[in-house]
Amino acid sequence: MEPILSIRDLTKTYKGGHQALKSVSLDIRRGEIFALLGPNGAGKTTLIGITCGLVNPTSGTVLADGHDVVHDFRAARATIGLVPQELTTDAFETVWATVCFSRGLFGKQPDPALLERILRNLSLWEKKDSKIATLSGGMKRRVLIAKALSHEPRILFLDEPSAGVDVELRRDMWNVVRDLRDAGVTIILTTHYIEEAEEMADRIGVISRGELILVEEKASLMHKLGRKQLTLHLQDALHAIPQALEGYGLSLSPDGLSLVYSFENEGGRARITALLRQLNESGVAFRDLETSQSSLEEIFVSLVRGAA
Amino acid sequence: MNWQAVKAIYRFEMSRSFRTLVQSIGAPVLTTSLYFVVFGSAIGSRMTQIGGIPYGAFIVPGLIMLSILTESVGNSSFGIYMPKWAGTIYELLSAPVSTPEILLGYVGAAASKSVMIGLIILATSTFFVPLQIQHPVWMVAFLLLTSVSFSLFGFMLGIWADSWEKLNVVPTLIVTPLTFLGGSFYSIDMLPPVWRTVTLFNPVVYLISGFRWSFYGLADVSLAVSLAFIGGFFLLCLAVISWMIRSGWRLKH
Ligand SMILES: Nc1ncnc2c1ncn2[C@@H]1O[C@H](COP(=O)(O)OP(=O)(O)O)[C@@H](O)[C@H]1O
Ligand SMILES: [Mg+2]
Repeated sequence: MEPILSIRDLTKTYKGGHQALKSVSLDIRRGEIFALLGPNGAGKTTLIGITCGLVNPTSGTVLADGHDVVHDFRAARATIGLVPQELTTDAFETVWATVCFSRGLFGKQPDPALLERILRNLSLWEKKDSKIATLSGGMKRRVLIAKALSHEPRILFLDEPSAGVDVELRRDMWNVVRDLRDAGVTIILTTHYIEEAEEMADRIGVISRGELILVEEKASLMHKLGRKQLTLHLQDALHAIPQALEGYGLSLSPDGLSLVYSFENEGGRARITALLRQLNESGVAFRDLETSQSSLEEIFVSLVRGAA
Repeated sequence: MNWQAVKAIYRFEMSRSFRTLVQSIGAPVLTTSLYFVVFGSAIGSRMTQIGGIPYGAFIVPGLIMLSILTESVGNSSFGIYMPKWAGTIYELLSAPVSTPEILLGYVGAAASKSVMIGLIILATSTFFVPLQIQHPVWMVAFLLLTSVSFSLFGFMLGIWADSWEKLNVVPTLIVTPLTFLGGSFYSIDMLPPVWRTVTLFNPVVYLISGFRWSFYGLADVSLAVSLAFIGGFFLLCLAVISWMIRSGWRLKH
C-alpha cells in the first residue's frame, strides 16, 4: 500500500547555516503509530514543521497522502493535524470558539456534535465557555489537541506530547490516540521519553543530529538490539569466577552472591544450556535466576552514542 | 477557495474588535468629537469659510480619513503581528489557506471595522455641523478603497515587524504626520507655493482631496489623480503581500 507520508531526501539548513536535517528519507504507513525518537536539537520539530508548512525545506520532497506539501499544499494540509510542542494558544477566546475556528480554518463545515465529542473525550466539555487564558497548562495542552482533532485529520502529529504533562492527561491522551488509531488515523509522535515510544508505537525511528539513523518495528528493534541479561543468585558466595566458566564473559557481583551473563542474540541464548551445565559441573549452586531485557532507553543511548 | 476559512478568520478578527468595543469604537469617536469641539467650534468660529464651506464642515472628510487611516493600519498590523508574536500563527501556516483566504479574512475584517468607524464618525459629525454629500456613491467608494488599501498596508507592516516597537514606529512616525499634513485641517491652496509643491509628495493629500470632493465637489487635486493614486497604492500593497505570503518572508523559517 502507498505510504500515507513519504519523505524523500529532505534537508533543511536554517538561515544561520545550521543544518538541522541531512537528507532524511522516511515512509510512514497508513494507520500506524510512529514514534520519532531523538535528543533535543535532533531535528524532530524541523521535520514536522516542513511537513505541516511552518518551515520551508531547503531541498527534498514530502508527500502527504500523495500530495506534495509545497506545490499541492491545500490538499496536503487538509489531511494533517498538528499539536505543536509549545503551548501556544489564544488567550481571550473561549475553548468552544477556538475549536470552531480551527475546524473552519481547515475548510470543514460546522459540526457541533463532533466538536462536543472531542471536547468530552479530552475532559474539556465543562470548560468549553472558559477563556483559554484562565486554564492550567495541562488544560491548554488539551485545547491544542482538540484544535488539531477538530478538523478530522488523517495524519496527526504530536510534537513532544508528554512534555510537562500530568499523569491524568497522559492517560486521556493515550486513550484518544488509541481511538484515533482504531479509526484509521496515522499518528506520528516525537518524544525523548523512551517509555512513551515503547508503550505506544508500532514503529520507531531514531533521529540524531539531523540524520535518521534507524527505522524499525518496535518489537524487532527490541529483539535485535535488546541486550538480555541472565542473573544467577548463588547459594554460596564466590570469591572468583571458576576457571571452567571463563569465556562466557560473566561478571560477579561485589558480594560474590550473583553471577551475571549478558547476551545479545540467538547464539548467546543457545549457550545458556552449556553455561548451566558447566555451573553444575563446577559445583556452583544457585537458588534463583532471572532474565531481563534492556529497555529502549538503553538501546537509544547506545545508538545515539554510536552515531556521535 | 476555502470559504470556511475566510469566515473563520473574519469572525475571529471581528470578535476581537467587539470584545474591546469601547476602545475600538469609542476611542476614535471621542477623539473626533474633540476635534470638532476644538477646531470646529472654538477655533472654527473665528475662521473664514474655505471655498464657501464653513470650516467645521470642511474638516469632516479629513477627520474621517484621519481615523480610517490610523484605524486600518493599527488594526490590521496588530491582527497579524499578535499571532506571530504569541506563536498561534502556527495554525494559520499549517492550514489549507493561502493569500486570498488570509487577506479576505484579516484585511476584510480590519477594513470592515474602519468603514464602520468612518460611518459612525460621519454620523457623529452631523451633531456638530451641517453636512452635505454631493456624490454619495463616490464617498462610499473612497471610504472602501481607502480602508482596504490601508488595511493591506497595515497587514504588510504586521508581517514586517519583528518587535512591538517596530510595529508602532511606522504609524506614529510616518502615517500620523502624513495625515496631519495631508490637508485634513486646511486646503493646500492656503499654503505658500513651496510648501504646496512639497505637499504634493504626500500621498494622503490625494486621499483627502478626493474624499472631500465627494462631499462638497471641491478638490485640491483632480479626481482622476486621486483615484489613480489610491488604486496604485492598493495594487502595490497587494503585490507585496502576495509575495510575502507565498515566500513565507518573516512568517516561516
Ligand atoms: N528557526 C531556527 N533558526 C535557526 N536554527 C534553528 C531554528 N529552529 C531550530 N533550529 C536548530 O535546528 C536544530 C533542530 O531543532 P529542532 O528541529 O527544534 O530539534 P528537536 O525538535 O529535535 O529538539 C537545533 O539545533 C536548533 O537549534
Ligand atoms: Mg522539538
